This record gives sequence, C-alpha cells and structure tokens, in this order.
Amino acid sequence: MTEKKIRVLVAKPGLDGHDRGAKVVARALRDAGMEVIYTGLRQTPEMIAEAALQEDVDVVGLSILSGAHMALAPRILELLKSNGQTHVKIFIGGIIPDEDMPRLKDMGITGIYGPGASTDDIIKDVREAVK
Amino acid sequence: MTLTKSVLEGNRLALARLLTQVENDSSEGRAALAELFPHTGKAHLIGVTGASGTGKSSLVNQLALHYRNSDVSQKRIAIVAVDPSSPFTGGAVLGDRVRMRDLSGDNGVFIRSMASRGSLGGIAQTTAALAQVFDAAGFEIIIIETVGAGQSEVDIARLAHTTLVVEAPGLGDEIQAIKAGILEIADVLVINKADRPGVESTERALRSNLELAHPTQRVFRHHGQSISITAPETSSTLWLPPIHKTVATEGKGIAELAESIAKHAAHLRQSGEWAARDRARLGSELEAVLEEALMTRFHENIPHEKYEEIVDKVLSRSLSPWDAVKSLLNGSSR
Repeated sequence: MTEKKIRVLVAKPGLDGHDRGAKVVARALRDAGMEVIYTGLRQTPEMIAEAALQEDVDVVGLSILSGAHMALAPRILELLKSNGQTHVKIFIGGIIPDEDMPRLKDMGITGIYGPGASTDDIIKDVREAVK
Repeated sequence: MTLTKSVLEGNRLALARLLTQVENDSSEGRAALAELFPHTGKAHLIGVTGASGTGKSSLVNQLALHYRNSDVSQKRIAIVAVDPSSPFTGGAVLGDRVRMRDLSGDNGVFIRSMASRGSLGGIAQTTAALAQVFDAAGFEIIIIETVGAGQSEVDIARLAHTTLVVEAPGLGDEIQAIKAGILEIADVLVINKADRPGVESTERALRSNLELAHPTQRVFRHHGQSISITAPETSSTLWLPPIHKTVATEGKGIAELAESIAKHAAHLRQSGEWAARDRARLGSELEAVLEEALMTRFHENIPHEKYEEIVDKVLSRSLSPWDAVKSLLNGSSR
C-alpha cells in the first residue's frame, strides 16, 4: 500500500485577482509532500465545495483579500457540511481584521494567516489538523 | 461493503472516497474493485496526451462541454486528470481544474485530479483502476488526461480505447522528436491553438509522419511506373488517424473532433478491435496481479535468512543470479 497523501484544495473565492499568495502556499505545501489541487481565480463557494467533494480533500485553503471573508467563509462551511464533508479542515490566508478572527474560528475555521505568515507554520498546522 | 453499494447508487461522496482508497491501493480499495468489476466494461475510455502547453486541459473542458450541451445522448462524463509528482518530495500541484471551470455545477460531470506518484508512463499506477470505478459508477465516457508527455509516455494507449494526441503550432522540433514515439499511438490527431501562425507546417509535418507510419496505402513507384496498391480486406479494417484543427479556448473544431472520436469507437466495435484491446488490457492487468501474488507467495515460503544468504553469494560472485533463481525456486517449492 502506498502511503496516504494529504490532499489540499487551494482556492480563491471572490473577485479580487491577486493569486500570488495562493500560489506561494500551494508550492510550499507541494514541497512538503502534499498533493495540492489548485483551482484558480474567482471561484464561487459552490465551485469550491464541488471541487472539494470530487477531489476528496482533507483540507481547503482559501485565499481572500477582498474583505468578503465574513460572507464567503460561512457559505463554504455550510456547503461542505451539506455535502457530508464535515471532516474537512478550512484554512484562510489573506487580509483578515483582528476582530473577525475569533468569529471565524468560532464558525469552525481551523487556521487564519495574514501577511508575513511563515509557510513552515502553515505546513505544521495543516499536518497537525489532519492527524 | 456499503461504500460500493452507495457508489453504484450514484452517491458522489461515496464515489470520491472510494476513488481515494483505490488511488492509495488500500485493501478496502482492492476489495471494492473486485466487487465493482462485474459492473465495468461499458464506458468509452478516451485518452488525451501531448506535450505540456498544447492545451490538453482546455480541450478536455470543451469536449466535455460538447458532450453535455450539444450531444443529444447527454452522456455522463468522468475526467481523470494526471499531473506529475515531484521526484524529490512526492508532493504535487494539480492544476488541470483551472481550465475546467465551465464544467462546474453539472452533476453529469465528475473531475478527479491525480498525481503521477512516481510512475513514468504518463499516467499513475492506479489510473486504470480509477477509470474502472467510474465505469462501474455508470459514467459512459471517461476522459483521461496524461501528464505533459513527450516521447515515451505511451501507457495511455494501452488503457484508452481512443487516444488523442494533441499538438500545437510552433513546436516543430518536438514534432521531429515524437516521430517514433507518441505519434504512433494516436487514433486521432489534434492541432490545438490552430489560430496561431505555423499551423500549416505543423499539419504538413504530421501528415507526412502519418504516411510514413501507415505505409499500407497509396501508390508505389516501380521502374518509373506507378502501381496503386489496393489492399484487400484490410483496407476496411484500417483506421487512418484523422487530423483535426481546434481552438479549444473558443470551442472551434470541437464538434468535428467529437464526431471523429465517435467514428473511431464505431470502427473499433465493427472491426472487433474493441474486444481485442479490452482483452489485451485485461490480460496485462491480470498478469500484473498474478505477478504480485506470486511474489508474495514466494516470499512467504522462503525464509528471509535463506534469501539474504543467497543475495550474499551473488554479491561475492560465488553464485550467478540465474543459478540463484534456480536454487530459490527449488527451495520454495519444497
């Protein structure tokens, strides 16, 4: 039997067009030995949930710079849940104001990372979360 | 097993989970494959291969769109998209979905990305098994996109009924390079990005290569006189790969391409080649399973120390590998 790989969906919901951060994270996770499914820009929550289902991922990483995180995150959580993917952990990277962080965590977001976050920390947290 | 039952009933989450188990070659996955096996053998497997950057993913996207929106039969489509794993870390970035966003929201389409996981033939070790799961789950067309392939990544031809080889203008040198390799496996040739300059020379190069590869046709010169060879019965069973020009990003040429693919499937069925290919594929799969089972049984029967002892003898050159095998096989049969 080959070893079980950690599968991560990296997606960019919303309308902002900056995917540099998402690509840096995708590559770092790749270099950590994970299989990263990259879906590209301007994904709707429905598209993200569908891809997460088809790819049977363990983790969904969202890059959100538009400020729409309080609308997008709960919607994606809800869709994953209704698809039966309650075990999937969600991470968010981007510009998230401090006061929103506890609310996102309460909703069930596993990790939140702002500018300057270390990819080593992200890798460690992802590994920890899927254990 | 309940997972296979849910898969047969069309549960998409169960399908996704089973695909993971099969991809990881787990014992549950193997048991499920055995259960699903009687339900397989119905799908048309279409392979799409070609160099990186020729537009394979965009082409697959358009083909699937065509089958879903323009084809009256509204067949259900599964897509298995393979991208390479890093040889150093084993990780992978699977990016084929980026070009397939038009397909989202359609329950008749299921896309699964797959890392090659060290396999060098252009597809992964378990790609065939994944296709089997989709086949059992009732997907009538299964499109398998290989990693960007250059010369020898021809495993797809053994797996697929119809193999598309995708080219693009401006890769002239590579066309030379592929002469002996990938071109030979093409059932249908596609020149994608046909709105770019150089498309005529790409077409010319492909056509002349094809004629070399299929010398059964045309006119031969003999002492200055042309003698046309009309091949007997074989001409009706001979398939000459058509060349299609497409612009996948705009959907140009896709309907004609789909028509050729359908014609090829009909040709395979009429000529009996469909069954012959299936038999060859299942035969080699059976052989692989048998090989593994024999090796397992062998290692169970022979004490580890004795095996190591013989390897040591080979190392010291006191026993040749051929004599070592004779001695090992005699030892294990007792």
